Amino acid sequence: MKNFLLIFITIFLFTSCGKKENNTVTDKSKIKVGLVFDVGGRGDKSFNDAAYRGLEKAKQELGIEYEYIEPGPGAEREAALRQFANRPDISIIFGIGFIFTDEITKAAIEFPDKKFACVDYTYDSAKTLPPNLVALEFREEEGSFLVGAIAGLMTKTNKVGFVGGMESPLIKKFQVSYEAGVKYVNKDCQILIGYAGVTGDAFKNPGKGKEIALGQYNDGVDIIYHASGVTGLGVFEAARETKKFAIGVDSDQNDEAPGFIITSMVKAVDVAVFEVIKEVKEGSFKGGRAETFGLKTNGVDYAYTEKNKNLIPQDVRTKVEAIRKEIIEGKITIPVK
Amino acid sequence: MNKITKYIYSAAGPILSIIISLIFGAVLIALIGKNPIDIYTKMFSDTIGNSYGFGQVMFKSTTLIFTGLAAAFAFKAGLFNIGAEGQLTIGAFASAWVGITFVNFPWQIIIPLSLLAAFIGGAFWAGIAGYLKARFGSHEVINTIMLNFIAMALVSYIVNNIYLVPATIHTPEISPESVLLRFDILTGMFKGSPFNLSFPIAIGACILMYLIINKSVLGYRIRTYGFNPFAAEYAKMKSGRIILWSMAVSGGLAGLGGLNFVNGYKHYFELGLSENAGYIGIAVALIARNNPFAIIPVSIFFGILEYGGLTVNTLVPKEIVTIMQGIIILLIIAVTKIFEKKFKVKTV
Amino acid sequence: MREQTANSVSVQLIDIVKSFQAGYNANDHVNFSAYPGEIHALIGENGAGKSTLMNILYGMYQADSGKILINGKEAKFRSPADAIKLGVGMVHQHFMLVNTFSVLENIILGDEDTFRFDVIDMKRSKQKVIELKKSFEINVELDDISGGLAVGIQQKIEILKLLYRNAEIMILDEPTAILTPQETEELFKTLAELKNSGKTIILITHKLGEVLAISDRVTVLRRGKVTGILKTNQTSSNELAKMITGRSIESQVIKKSAGGEKIILEVNDLYINNDRGSLAINGISLIIKEGEIFGIAGVEGNGQEELAEAICGLRKISKGTINIAGIDDFKKSIAHIPANRHKYGIVKEFTLEENLILGREKEENFSNGWILNNKKINEFSEVIIEEYDIRPENSKALMEGLSGGNQQKAVAAREMTKNSDLVVISHPTRGLDILASEFVHRTILEESKKGKAILLISSDLSELLKLSDKIAVMYNGRITGELDPKSTNENEIGEYMTGLKSNKR
Ligand SMILES: Nc1ncnc2c1ncn2[C@@H]1O[C@H](COP(=O)(O)OP(=O)(O)OP(=O)(O)O)[C@@H](O)[C@H]1O
Ligand SMILES: [Mg+2]
Repeated sequence: MKNFLLIFITIFLFTSCGKKENNTVTDKSKIKVGLVFDVGGRGDKSFNDAAYRGLEKAKQELGIEYEYIEPGPGAEREAALRQFANRPDISIIFGIGFIFTDEITKAAIEFPDKKFACVDYTYDSAKTLPPNLVALEFREEEGSFLVGAIAGLMTKTNKVGFVGGMESPLIKKFQVSYEAGVKYVNKDCQILIGYAGVTGDAFKNPGKGKEIALGQYNDGVDIIYHASGVTGLGVFEAARETKKFAIGVDSDQNDEAPGFIITSMVKAVDVAVFEVIKEVKEGSFKGGRAETFGLKTNGVDYAYTEKNKNLIPQDVRTKVEAIRKEIIEGKITIPVK
Repeated sequence: MNKITKYIYSAAGPILSIIISLIFGAVLIALIGKNPIDIYTKMFSDTIGNSYGFGQVMFKSTTLIFTGLAAAFAFKAGLFNIGAEGQLTIGAFASAWVGITFVNFPWQIIIPLSLLAAFIGGAFWAGIAGYLKARFGSHEVINTIMLNFIAMALVSYIVNNIYLVPATIHTPEISPESVLLRFDILTGMFKGSPFNLSFPIAIGACILMYLIINKSVLGYRIRTYGFNPFAAEYAKMKSGRIILWSMAVSGGLAGLGGLNFVNGYKHYFELGLSENAGYIGIAVALIARNNPFAIIPVSIFFGILEYGGLTVNTLVPKEIVTIMQGIIILLIIAVTKIFEKKFKVKTV
Repeated sequence: MREQTANSVSVQLIDIVKSFQAGYNANDHVNFSAYPGEIHALIGENGAGKSTLMNILYGMYQADSGKILINGKEAKFRSPADAIKLGVGMVHQHFMLVNTFSVLENIILGDEDTFRFDVIDMKRSKQKVIELKKSFEINVELDDISGGLAVGIQQKIEILKLLYRNAEIMILDEPTAILTPQETEELFKTLAELKNSGKTIILITHKLGEVLAISDRVTVLRRGKVTGILKTNQTSSNELAKMITGRSIESQVIKKSAGGEKIILEVNDLYINNDRGSLAINGISLIIKEGEIFGIAGVEGNGQEELAEAICGLRKISKGTINIAGIDDFKKSIAHIPANRHKYGIVKEFTLEENLILGREKEENFSNGWILNNKKINEFSEVIIEEYDIRPENSKALMEGLSGGNQQKAVAAREMTKNSDLVVISHPTRGLDILASEFVHRTILEESKKGKAILLISSDLSELLKLSDKIAVMYNGRITGELDPKSTNENEIGEYMTGLKSNKR
């Protein structure tokens, strides 16, 4: 028995002595970015992956280094932010998702020497933002409205669907503006709504996504727009199985089920992340403000590339582009609730 | 064999299994091309090596103590409470509700009130599962799992539709009087970590469980029923009542776990705050063999695992850490069983 | 007995020491030997270390020191499987049959030979069992389902199990405690057959009459030490008793006056189903008055247990009434020594003192209704330990570590000291040594003198004759005979028990 204890103590000492030698050499001139993902984490083929692309691009083009953390729900978000904030080598910290709003504000106040940026930050105009924090907002309602219009124009059954992740005001915004887009071009079109759940896990449940989507397709729906993170992968699976259509979200999700994904409501999270890092590198970073990305600046859009061009008829394209113009010019007000 | 050697032997099992899984983990880490020593060093120094990290560990452990006690209490009656997750959520929400609603109360009143609400909330929720078992004989595992889903959905619905602060996933803040202060404010130690006064309450809960189980008539009956239901029947104990009570107290303990997050950390209720603590609590109770005091170190150990996973998340994918945690739990259970057989040791 | 030479010894235990708690050796440098073709009785008071010693020989326990020689060769047993390989088998006091299996399945399953090629060669196995049955004249139906068979038959199955595994050395731990005289006789016939075929039989028992009747030699244990090894034909009951207890005992004949007039228990036209749904009690009526001891005789499985359980509220009745005088919630205050003490009577994970308050935890003495009064409980336990001579003399000892007899003493002590008008007792002295049996008998008589009504179920007819004021015999769920203990005898009772005679309807 003593042997076991001996081994344990040895390992313990060994590991704790190792501490001192652990100073990995870092190039002080290089900017290091710390990024904390949303609950979905990397591999959601959507929101978080878009942020990751921004990081990669910055690494390639700006020569920065980065580290990231995939926290669980609850207390881990703050702990992850703090972990980066406590690191002398990291100069800018990203939080990906509205869920970081409170924690990142607190962290920014507590660590005034670090720079912070938060994608989808919930901006409250009544409060002032800390001067070292930039809030990155997207007008998803504009993009959702456009893909809604596409769905409304292209449905053959006059029935379209929506699959949301966690039932919450944020996702409700996607749903409502999408519905408005559908109705804008097709008054009598029926819209079926489904949500995968009421907790954060609802963004991580492809099985549930597939189940809901199959249900809607069975009810005659021929196009489904999802705003549900990883759960959406199940929606695509259902589309492939029933040979119906789906619309992706956040990134261009065409590759997930080529031929079945008409388009995706694209949020240029990668661009936003890249731009902020670039500002930091050039020394032009300015916090204490919110930066909004909408149709106007191509911060949101719908995907229209070589890959999905043939899925969208020319006349639909023309009509939707006209609507885009109207939105940018402020002629259409889009509901969000 | 005397008492001390027995204790050493029964502690040796868990320690041996931790070592085995550390070695196993090292192989895994080496396989993905990282240096295990670096990773472990970071894990140790960031969790128990500095006061902030240790505070984080203790914060995690606090919830686990409560959910571990919940599982252990039900185990004493031979019942599996898989529903601590839901009971904790209900308890957390109940406590938040008190904090939001009774804004003008002084802390002397509102803190006990919050405790009571959290306890009763969890107790009520687990009590339903107990009632269903006692009345209709439906298995408590199914009951509690189903009630987990219902609890999540129900609380989520209420929060989303009544208490939600727009564009967040949480309720408004509770009154400052109902806050359980953090140790970094109180003592200046554990700076920045959410380690708070819920911890002494958790210790109190351990003592409470010990007293109920070992010193009360109810505890005596619960143990009788748990060890030998026929003997309970023979002794004219009302099994329905025992089931109901042990589930209720078990759920109440889980409900108290909600305080740690709501009153001690965020000061509001947030969806998803349970972080699987309810399920990890089952493993905690198993390894601690339902001993309320052994639950404290075991919870801290799991706190280290959990928070340690986060600290090395920049270096090792989350999945590897999860795999390691799973292996450690399995090994501990297996190795302690082997030790038990081999050396005939048992901790009560 | 044939003349034996040293190298024909089949079992030799040399200097065995086994300790479960510091300071006391359950086996204290024990030497023991037995020969092929010998029935060797192992006797001693409760907790003397008999089961422990045999469990060591059977590989259940490992000795702290000492050697086991089987046929002259040293053997190391790490488990019963090792012991069986060398031909050592044991029938425990608690049978280990699978209730839902047939008799044949129970006999052959779990044996390595049967499973050698992953296919059960049922035909060959059955043939082997049939041959064994024939050569040892053991009568059991191989196709019956084991659960619910009479204990005597279950015991035969256990013995066949050992024979099937080619056991040459067979240990039987108190096999006769639960048997009726007829069943005991049959068992002894079988044992004689086994002995003649050259097997070594080791028999644990508390009944000295049996020792004298069937054994060739006797080893006596007291407090873990051997106090005597004797040839049976050169000893007497008195000498053995003295060796067991360390002093001579005189069997007191205690008599008492019959009971009063007040009716305590009245059972009226009672019908009860057993666990399998068929009728176990088929119209029984009886009355017990204060201060009366009402004995029930019968071959086990004729409804006695169902009757006791029904009176104590552990079993639903399908027709009829049970009235108990003067108590509304009568079930609460009935004292009950159950037949199946492992199932009902004890919690083996509890300490001795915790077991002594089972069902009594709310009594004023032991709690205030909410909080246990551990001090009082402990005091009570110390008194009981002293009075009933429970060993080890340690209130905190775990019940599972107590010897069978001491567990029984604890249950008896708890129930006999309970304040109740009615005491339902099943087999009160099963597994008890002579002194303890005497003590329990005395207690029963004393409690009855205080006015308690006592229902006494027993398969030990001498016990019934000694204690009862009335004896009823149960057969097939009915009371077929009511006898006066003063004017009847064991033979007559036996005839009623087997259904040969009936003096009612
Ligand atoms: N598993 C155990 N753990 C602790 N103590 C034990 C255990 N088994 C036996 N003992 C102790 O060893 C001693 C001998 O017990 P054993 O069962 O061998 O007695 P026995 O001679 O078979 O008595 P009985 O006639 O009552 O069956 C007792 O003091 C008993 O308490
Ligand atoms: Mg014994």
